[in-house]
Amino acid sequence: MINFENINKTYPGAQPLHVLKGIDMTIAEGEFVSIMGASGSGKSTMLNILGILDDYDTGDYYLNGTKIKNLTETKSAEYRNHMIGFIFQSFNLIPFKNALENVALPLYYQGVTRKKRQAIAMEYLDMMGLKDWWHHFPNELSGGQKQRIAIARALIGKPKVILADEPTGALDSITTEEVMNVLSEVNASGITMIIVTHEKSVADKTRRIIHLKDGIIEFDNKLQL
Amino acid sequence: MRWFEFDTLQEILATMRESKLRTFLTGFAVSWGIFMLIVLLGSGNGLKNGVTSNFGNEATNKVEMWGRKTTMPYKGFKTHRSIRFTNREMIILKGQFPTIDKISGRIFRNPLVSYKEDFGNYSMEGVMPDYKMINGNKIESKNGRFLNQIDMDQERKVIVISKKVEEALFKDQSALGKWVKVDNISFQVVGIDTKSSRDENGYCFIPHSTAQKIFNMADKTDNISFTVNGLLTKEANEDFGKQVLKTMSRALLIHPDDEQAIGMWNQAENYVQTMNIFSTIDLFVFFIGICTLIAGIVGVGNIMVITVKERTKEFGIKKALGATPGNILLSILLESVVITTAFGYLGMLFGISLLELVNMALNMNSGGGEGGAQKMTVFKDPSVDLGTVLIATLILIVAGLVAGYIPARKAVKIKPIEAMRAE
Repeated sequence: MINFENINKTYPGAQPLHVLKGIDMTIAEGEFVSIMGASGSGKSTMLNILGILDDYDTGDYYLNGTKIKNLTETKSAEYRNHMIGFIFQSFNLIPFKNALENVALPLYYQGVTRKKRQAIAMEYLDMMGLKDWWHHFPNELSGGQKQRIAIARALIGKPKVILADEPTGALDSITTEEVMNVLSEVNASGITMIIVTHEKSVADKTRRIIHLKDGIIEFDNKLQL
Repeated sequence: MRWFEFDTLQEILATMRESKLRTFLTGFAVSWGIFMLIVLLGSGNGLKNGVTSNFGNEATNKVEMWGRKTTMPYKGFKTHRSIRFTNREMIILKGQFPTIDKISGRIFRNPLVSYKEDFGNYSMEGVMPDYKMINGNKIESKNGRFLNQIDMDQERKVIVISKKVEEALFKDQSALGKWVKVDNISFQVVGIDTKSSRDENGYCFIPHSTAQKIFNMADKTDNISFTVNGLLTKEANEDFGKQVLKTMSRALLIHPDDEQAIGMWNQAENYVQTMNIFSTIDLFVFFIGICTLIAGIVGVGNIMVITVKERTKEFGIKKALGATPGNILLSILLESVVITTAFGYLGMLFGISLLELVNMALNMNSGGGEGGAQKMTVFKDPSVDLGTVLIATLILIVAGLVAGYIPARKAVKIKPIEAMRAE
């Protein structure tokens, strides 16, 4: 599903920062992976490259068999839209859209008609147990609710991979538990799930922990079932 | 790609709602620009209409000619020979220049005109029936008629007097059918002329043939006036004038290079010149209007830059969710166009309303003075035509695109990662 071959990334500047130093990594379809590391270890950069939000300097990145390199903005937007679902720490819902519209947004960019995408969005809201909240705006919802809406939004485009950047960073422990359960269920349905986190308790819920340190993979623990 | 959808519009309205004051201020700049453009253009038109109306009913393609003295000897004639036109030249002109429409000889006198005890000196012209069309005389049906061909053929002693003459000689009575004396010869009044724009001292018309007879002029005439069709430019008019003078010189045995022997005045040249001045004024007014509008557009552009900055995060999220650069570009351009056109339309509406109001006030004022002498006007019917409105609308849309484009380019370049980090 995901194949990193000797990926290098340097941020240019007066003092060029070599963030990723030849990462090799393979993630198979359906895996539940967490990427851990201290700040500055390169885990955010890795997530950005994974999510085609940023380019890399050397190496090869294959996503679902497609080589991701030097794509046009339009092309990468299309890949993101069809293959990747994002979940963020700060939810990143659009404030002036209600829950339903937020969830339906990726379908808008897929060219699905308004009626159809709202119907689909309603299904996903229902799946998250938020059907009755569809007309609420983000500022009227709790953190857990917001994250579940964000998850619904990430899922609606039927992505191959879900990338979650500190998905529980802004939540209390009970809600964290709740959100992690949802993510596990999503993974159980067959979608590859990659979570960037620095919380051990969150990482422990996943079945593989990749630990980054100073731009290289320090260790890669695969839970044997 | 479906680039226009209900959602897109809804989003624009939502962002506008979020910042009412900002939207209003931006919109106001554009409204003001268009308002000024419309008012300026309308006023320009008002000025033009006012001045044009002073040309009155006179044909704008009128040419007058009169004889002067030669300045060169030619074919046995000495210099300083007085040139007098005759009926013959009129026939030659008409035959040589098919574009000449109406033609009339004119004989000028300033006789004593009297009715019973009242009398006065009035300028009188002996003219032909066609002169009515050349000079734009206005005789309402209740006021009789102008001179006709039978008057000419029979050398009738009939007279058309102006309103002023009627008022002076007949007081409150109607002059129609009455007999007045012109230098002791009786003439019957057949028409009252209310053309009036230049009726300050009173004037009358008698048939050209009658004038030739009673003033012992044989077939001579003081002046030849005619209208000519199809001369639209100054150059065409000048060229036509030269041709006419050439023909006349040949007919009257004047030296071909003698430019002093025949006097000529072409109203069309005047008219074309005046219209050229107004075209220049129009252009100037348009320029000022556009400049005002540009100020408004820069305002919109400014606001859009800020808007894009404020919405950086939102664009970042949308990009992460799969919005293409095209999606983002279009949404911003559309927003810009919606703001400029909506507010521009408002400004246009206000501008046109103001012009209509002024128009109404002007009409009411002149309505009170109906029947009185027509005043010299400098301002009349300020209005903008549909073409101007369409151009303004087009400008608005283009302006919206321009104002939105630069900020939109900026938004497209937003990196999703950086955008989503921004709090």
